[in-house]
Amino acid sequence: MSQAKVPAWVNMALIPILNVSLAFFVSGLVILAIGENPIEAAGYLIYGAFGYSEGVGYTLYYATNLIFTGLAVSVAFKGGLFNIGGEGQAYIGGLGVGLICLSLDHTMPFYVIAPLAVIGAAVFGAAWGYIPAYLQARRGSHIVITTIMFNFIASSLMVYLIVNWLKEDGRMAPNSRTFEENAWLPYLHEIFSPLGIDIGDSPLNLAFIWALICCVFVWGLIWHTRWGYQLRTLGTSPSAARYAGIDTAKVTIWAMLISGGLAGFVGLNEIMGVNHSLLLNFTAGYGFAGIAVALMGRNHPIGIVLAAVLFGALYQGGAELAFEIPTITPEIVVVIQGLVILFSGALEHMFKDRIEGFFIRRAVA
Amino acid sequence: MFETLILMLDATMRVSTPLIFAALAGLFSERAGIVDIGLEGKILGSAFAAAAGAAIFGSAWIGLCFGILASVSLAMIHGFACITHRGDHIVSGVAINTIVAGLTVTLSMHWFGMGGQTPALSGNERFLDITFPFADALQDVPVIGAIYSNLLSGHNILVYLAFAMVPVTYWVIYKTRFGLRLRAVGENPHAVDTAGISVALIRYRALIVCGILCGLAGAYLSTAHNAGFLKDMSAGKGYMALAALIFGKWRPVPVLLACLLFGFLDAVAVRMQGVEIPGIGQVPVQAIEVLPYVLTVLLLAGFIGKAIAPKAIGRPYVKERA
Repeated sequence: MSQAKVPAWVNMALIPILNVSLAFFVSGLVILAIGENPIEAAGYLIYGAFGYSEGVGYTLYYATNLIFTGLAVSVAFKGGLFNIGGEGQAYIGGLGVGLICLSLDHTMPFYVIAPLAVIGAAVFGAAWGYIPAYLQARRGSHIVITTIMFNFIASSLMVYLIVNWLKEDGRMAPNSRTFEENAWLPYLHEIFSPLGIDIGDSPLNLAFIWALICCVFVWGLIWHTRWGYQLRTLGTSPSAARYAGIDTAKVTIWAMLISGGLAGFVGLNEIMGVNHSLLLNFTAGYGFAGIAVALMGRNHPIGIVLAAVLFGALYQGGAELAFEIPTITPEIVVVIQGLVILFSGALEHMFKDRIEGFFIRRAVA
Repeated sequence: MFETLILMLDATMRVSTPLIFAALAGLFSERAGIVDIGLEGKILGSAFAAAAGAAIFGSAWIGLCFGILASVSLAMIHGFACITHRGDHIVSGVAINTIVAGLTVTLSMHWFGMGGQTPALSGNERFLDITFPFADALQDVPVIGAIYSNLLSGHNILVYLAFAMVPVTYWVIYKTRFGLRLRAVGENPHAVDTAGISVALIRYRALIVCGILCGLAGAYLSTAHNAGFLKDMSAGKGYMALAALIFGKWRPVPVLLACLLFGFLDAVAVRMQGVEIPGIGQVPVQAIEVLPYVLTVLLLAGFIGKAIAPKAIGRPYVKERA
C-alpha cells in the first residue's frame, strides 16, 4: 500500500464530531417523535446548562464525576482493558471517603481529613478494581464479566453496610450521620466570594480542581512515562508487548488499580463535597456514563474534559428541559448517552473507513 | 416444611423463567461468537413494548408480538454494529442497554404520562395462570397433590414455554445443520467461510433467535409476572442471565440448572428476610442475593470447574482478501 496518511485532524476532530452529531441528530428525532420541537428543546437545554452562573456551576459539578469515570475508563482502555466496573469502583471509593470522614471528623481538622479522604477514595476504588484485574491477569477470567459482577457485589455490599452498620440510629432513611463541617470539601462559590467573585450557588466544590489535576496526572502518566509506553503497547498489541519483554500481567493489574482509584474519586465529589453523608446509589450511573465520555473524548484527557463538560451540560440542561417541557423526562440524557456510545464506539468504523479511504485516495492522487 | 419447600420451588419457577429465556438467548448469540451484554436492554425494551402493546390493543398476545419485535430490532442494531461494521461487541451492548433504559421511560411518559409506567394490565391483557385438569380435585392428596396442583399446575403459558425451550435449544444447537454451523461460526469462522457459508448470515440468524427469546423474557416480566411495565423493571436480570450462561458453560442443560439455582437463591433471599437460623443467626439477605455473582466470578477464576468460552467469541470476522 501507499505511504499516504490521513491528516491528524480527521481522526482527532472530524470523525468524533461527525459521530457525536449523528447521535444528537437521532436524539432530535426521538424528541420529534414524542411531539416536541428539538430546536426549542436544545434552546432550553443550552440555557439551563450555560445561561446563568448557577447553571454553569451545576454543569461543572456533574462534569467532575464524569471526568473521574471518563479518565478511569480511558486508562484501562489504553491497555486494551474494558473496565465496565466504574460504577462499583466509584461506589466503594465513596465508602472509603465516608469511613475516613465518619471516623475522623470529630477529632481532626480539614487539612488532615482531606488528603486522607483522597487516599481513602483511591485505595478503596483501586481495591475494587484489583480483584477483577488479578483474576484477568493471573487466572484468565474475562475482565468485562468480572467487573459487571463486581458492580452487583458492590451494590449489595453497600446496602448491607449502610443499612446494618452505618445508618444513623433512629432514622428510617438509609444514610449515615451527616459529617461535621470540617469534613466537607469547600464549595467553590465559598472560596471565590471573599475574593469578590460571585459564581452563583452550586454544588461545585474542590473536587473539580482535583479532577483537573487528575487529568494532568493521567496525561503525564500515559504519554510521558515508561509505564505509560508499556500500557499503550499492551493496548495496541498484547503479543508485541510480550515479545518486548513487558510484564503484561503487572501492567494489567496496575492499569486497573489506577482506573479503579480514579473512579473512586466520584465518592470525593458526591460524599465529601455535596451529600456530606454516606448514602445509597450516589453513583447514579456515572460509571457507565464514563464509557460514553471516554469514547467521545477519544481517551485523551483534554477530550475527556470537553466530553465531560458536554455531558455535564446535558445533565443540568436536561433537568431544566424536563422542567420547561414536562413530556420530556431527564432520561432523554440517558438516551443521548447511549447513542453517543453507539455511534462513537460500536459504529466507529461506519464513517471512519470511508472517510479515511477518501483522504488516502486524495493524498495518492 | 414440605409445604414451604413446594412454595419455594414454585417461586423458583416463576423467578427463573425470564432468566431461562434470556440465558438461552445469550447462548444462541455467544455460541455464534457474538458477545451479548445487551440482554438486559433487550429484556427491558421488550417488557415495555409488550406492556404498551397489550395495553393499547387489549391482548397479551399482541403485546408479546410487540415485545419480540422490539427485542429483535435491538438485536439487529447489535448485529449491524458487530457483524457489518466490525464494532466492539461490549461497547455495542452497553450502548443498547443505555439507550433502552432512557428510551423506555421517555416513551412511556409520552404515551401514558404515568411517570415511566404503563397502565395496569388486567384480564386478556395479561398471560393468565393455567390450571391443569383435575388440579383442584387432586389438591388434597398428600405429596402428589401438592406437587401436581401447586408446583406444576397454575403457571402461565410462558413459564412452560421457557422450560420447553431448553430441549428445543439443545436439539437446534446439537442436532440441526443450522446448529452445527452456528457452533462452527463461534469456534472457527474461517473454516465456515472456506466451506462457502456466509459467516455474517449465520450470525445474524443467531441474533434473531436471541432477540425472539429475549422478547419472551421481557414480555413475561411485564405481561405475565407483573401487571404492567415499571421503570427499570429488568433490574439486572439480563446480567444475571449472562452469569447463568457462563455458569452453565454455554450448554443448554447446565444453563437451565444455573438459572434454577439462581432463581432458587432469589426465592431463598426473599424467604430469609429477618429469619433467625439456629447457630448462625440472621443471614443478611444481601449475602444470598450476591451469591450468583460471586459463584460466577469463582467459576471464571477456575476455582470451581472451568468456563471455556467459544473460541471466536467477541472477535469480528474479517474476510481475507487476496
